[in-house]
Amino acid sequence: MNSSDESELARLMRAAIAGDERAYGDFLRRAACLVRGFARRKIVKGGIDPEDIVQETLLAIHIKRHTWRDDAPVTPWLYAIARFKLIDAFRRRGRRMEIDIGEIAEAAAEPQAESAREWEIDRALESLAPGQRSVVAAVSVDGRSISETASNLGMSETAVRVALHRGLAAIARRFGRG
Amino acid sequence: MDTNELIKALAADARPRSASLSTVWWGAAALAVAVAAAVFLATLGPRPDIAAAAGTARFLFKIVVMLTLACGAFGALRALSRPEGNLRTALLLLTAAPALLAAAVAAELLAVPPETWPERMIGDSNVFCSLLVMMIGLAPLSILLLALRRGAPSNPGVAGAVAGLLAGGIAATIYVVHCTDDSPLFVAIWYTIAIAGLALVGAASASRLARW
Repeated sequence: MNSSDESELARLMRAAIAGDERAYGDFLRRAACLVRGFARRKIVKGGIDPEDIVQETLLAIHIKRHTWRDDAPVTPWLYAIARFKLIDAFRRRGRRMEIDIGEIAEAAAEPQAESAREWEIDRALESLAPGQRSVVAAVSVDGRSISETASNLGMSETAVRVALHRGLAAIARRFGRG
Repeated sequence: MDTNELIKALAADARPRSASLSTVWWGAAALAVAVAAAVFLATLGPRPDIAAAAGTARFLFKIVVMLTLACGAFGALRALSRPEGNLRTALLLLTAAPALLAAAVAAELLAVPPETWPERMIGDSNVFCSLLVMMIGLAPLSILLLALRRGAPSNPGVAGAVAGLLAGGIAATIYVVHCTDDSPLFVAIWYTIAIAGLALVGAASASRLARW
């Protein structure tokens, strides 16, 4: 990370906080790359998927973006969030592994489901209220715009924005805890 | 949902912009002071000899040390409520008030004869003083903990303890106007108990409330 990358990140983040969706998307893609590198360096043994840390960190960046001081560099803030989420994931994983030992017999008896990749975020998505879930899925997985989603679901654009906002906040709260 | 799909959803949610954390802290601090002052005026009010006391060095010192604590804790709390907040800088801000108090205790021990020490230390109000400072500090502490939830502290427990110190500093600065025990020996014991109690409550609450 050199200083021109840093100032570019800060510029994108300032534009994002002012409401520029395109700049925010650019910012998040760059942030995802940085966090992915960080998570892969830190997770040396299996048990935690680095991509889960990337997603959880992006959600935290989103929910807590008002905690960035717009005159401060972005990367220390960003890595501090990633570190917090990584430590949190290790702590949860430690707890879950204790539970898992008791459930081994049960799990062994069940037929193994053929899932290529089980995202933590999908568990959180499934726990949403149906209205929020369909809005979040339309905008993310189906890649629809706010106005397309509004007309497809027969909702106003404002209602779509509210459902998206609340849905993402709920996913951030439930991430990895489901 | 893969990461690129998540980014699409987050970018589409760029619009609603919440107040900056700095604004939240100034608002919370102002509200905390106002509530503490209202509780104080409704229940206790100033001591009867306030006009005479206001000019004495010991009375003024109590206000100075408690204001120092409150200002230091405010700075430390704002730093610790951000993910990248530096613990060392924050703790450095908090050392000023204890250092002042230690110096005042030393000065008092030199200034007054040893046989008056216990009397000055125990004072008239002692346990009541501790309880009243804690009572005045509880509402400000709740306000500060709610504000802390809007932050993203890397160490919620420590940030909560500092919120307790700030609530204690605010409550004590106000309670000083009522309290007739002016010796630094008294302040070092009974005020410290109250402020430490609020810090403990703050730490315990925040490690649950301010997780994110």
